[in-house]
Amino acid sequence: MLKYIMKRILMLLPVLIGVSFIVFFIVNLAPGDPARIIAGVETDEETVERIREDLGFNKTVVERYGIYMWKALQGDLGTSYYSNKTVIEAFMERIPNTLLLGFWSVVFGLIISMPVGIISAIKQYSIFDNLGMVLALTGISIPSFWLGILAILLFSLKLQLLPSGGNEFWYSVILPSITNGTQMMALMTRMTRSSMLEVIRQDYIMTARAKGLDEKTVVLKHALRNALIPVVTTAGNFLIMMIGSAVVTETIFSWPGVGRLIVESISKRDLNMVVGCVILITFIISIINLVIDLIYVLIDPKIRSSYGIMKG
Amino acid sequence: MGCNILEVESLTKHFPTPKGLLYAVDNVTFSIKKGKTLGLVGESGCGKTTTGRCILRLLEPTSGKVIFDGKDVTKLRKKQIYLLRKEMQIIFQDPYSSLNPRMTVEGIISEPIKINKLIKNEKDIKKRVDELMDIVGLASRLRRSYPHELDGGRRQRIGVARALSLNPKFIVCDEPVSALDVSIQAQILNMLKELQKELDLTYLFITHDLSVVNHFSDDIAVMYLGKLIEKAPTLQLFENPLHPYTKALLSAIPIVDIDKKKERILIKGEIPSPVNLPDECRFAPRCNYVRDECFEKQPELIEVEPNHFVACPYAKIN
Repeated sequence: MLKYIMKRILMLLPVLIGVSFIVFFIVNLAPGDPARIIAGVETDEETVERIREDLGFNKTVVERYGIYMWKALQGDLGTSYYSNKTVIEAFMERIPNTLLLGFWSVVFGLIISMPVGIISAIKQYSIFDNLGMVLALTGISIPSFWLGILAILLFSLKLQLLPSGGNEFWYSVILPSITNGTQMMALMTRMTRSSMLEVIRQDYIMTARAKGLDEKTVVLKHALRNALIPVVTTAGNFLIMMIGSAVVTETIFSWPGVGRLIVESISKRDLNMVVGCVILITFIISIINLVIDLIYVLIDPKIRSSYGIMKG
Repeated sequence: MGCNILEVESLTKHFPTPKGLLYAVDNVTFSIKKGKTLGLVGESGCGKTTTGRCILRLLEPTSGKVIFDGKDVTKLRKKQIYLLRKEMQIIFQDPYSSLNPRMTVEGIISEPIKINKLIKNEKDIKKRVDELMDIVGLASRLRRSYPHELDGGRRQRIGVARALSLNPKFIVCDEPVSALDVSIQAQILNMLKELQKELDLTYLFITHDLSVVNHFSDDIAVMYLGKLIEKAPTLQLFENPLHPYTKALLSAIPIVDIDKKKERILIKGEIPSPVNLPDECRFAPRCNYVRDECFEKQPELIEVEPNHFVACPYAKIN
């Protein structure tokens, strides 16, 4: 088990190097002169040249990448061009908010999708099932930026129930996470339903009934545990996608997370910040992935025995 | 010896399909004496398995009665079905798919005991599991294994131990050996036979393999397209089959003797779809002795010789 974790962590290195390479070059080869943007339009050429030298823009891209990576390996991802915060500082300040949003989005998605999916499967083709599937299809089809704007219109402007943005109150997270989690909720509902339908037709479900179990135990203990495997995989992937889609949601709700930090940094050509944040996000996502795989092992004895962890 | 432990009276199960009613089991009547085995044979899709499941109410029968030990099982309310499980159990056909892949051997065998609160003490449950594993010939070191780690024969032994865990009087064996290879088939069959003697069990033995029931059953009932077409004591059925379908079935059993010439009766065509059947002899379209009258009315099961029932009015003439 420990060997497996170590192996996975070692595999992180090439991933991080690959990601840093791609992001660094995309950002640095993008049109627009960062020094000119930092200095402002009215500044004279001399000052701009000085800024350029300060930030190392007079060297070639390859040289700059080498220097950047050398420093990065020592744990220094550089400093923002605007504030005097280091990239790591700024990132650490924002990431809890992004994770919080991601977490509540997934929670929202699961709270709705699990029961709806299970009941839809058990009562296939019933009215509940049909309504659930319409809900799911709607959820998949609505783009989150549009849903977010509608939510603000209704709950913030019309009903004045929830704040339209920011993260001042504990309930500020409600609208963003619903917006962010709707698509996942819809996909998970369908996923849970089809996974349950598949399991519920298995012979061992009839075995469970033959044992004299009541329907609740049959569904929750025998069917759900087996149906959960694909659901957990997708739920994990969704947590990762939630962090990605947070870029849009955070912008709509001016949520102080990493997504908005990246968007702001791109528009300000704060290259260090962009590259650094993307690398750190990659790192966090890889760790989440690893954790999901470990949970996977825990709930599926078939995988467990193939990793040689003996039963207790 | 003994009275009927199970009486099935005009058991019927229809499935509604988009094309019409599917007659899975149609008006099936039979009974089994305590401690005996009834072999239920027929080709795939003839309703054998459905019959077995309806008796246990794993499927809800459309109509008919199932009288077990004097009580009508079909009258039990849904919430009381668990009472039935202690009396009647089932061994499923496929030991690969009928065991929950996420439970250990111990978990599978002990769950019915816990659920039905047969034994409450954790330690006694353990002892009972050991005992059951011993009865079916599973080494107790396997108790923490998962089904996928074991071979088919052992898996089916788990299935048997599970069925025995509630001390049932009657077990439906739904093709318990057809998913196993021949050498293991014999092991499992011998084990079932011994268990029957030791525990005074009654079996409904569902199979498509006539050479298996031959050694196993006291009586045999033959099904075709949801109908019982012939029923007789095993010896009598093998020596003197009366229904044209049974004759053809029996003639298909290979004999291990090169000198003996055997003539096979071939049946024309394929088994028709069981959806929207007309009121005629189910076998008439494929029968070698078919007459015009066969298409007029469904023949009833009649006792032509003592204990020998046939659903063909012309059986003795043919």
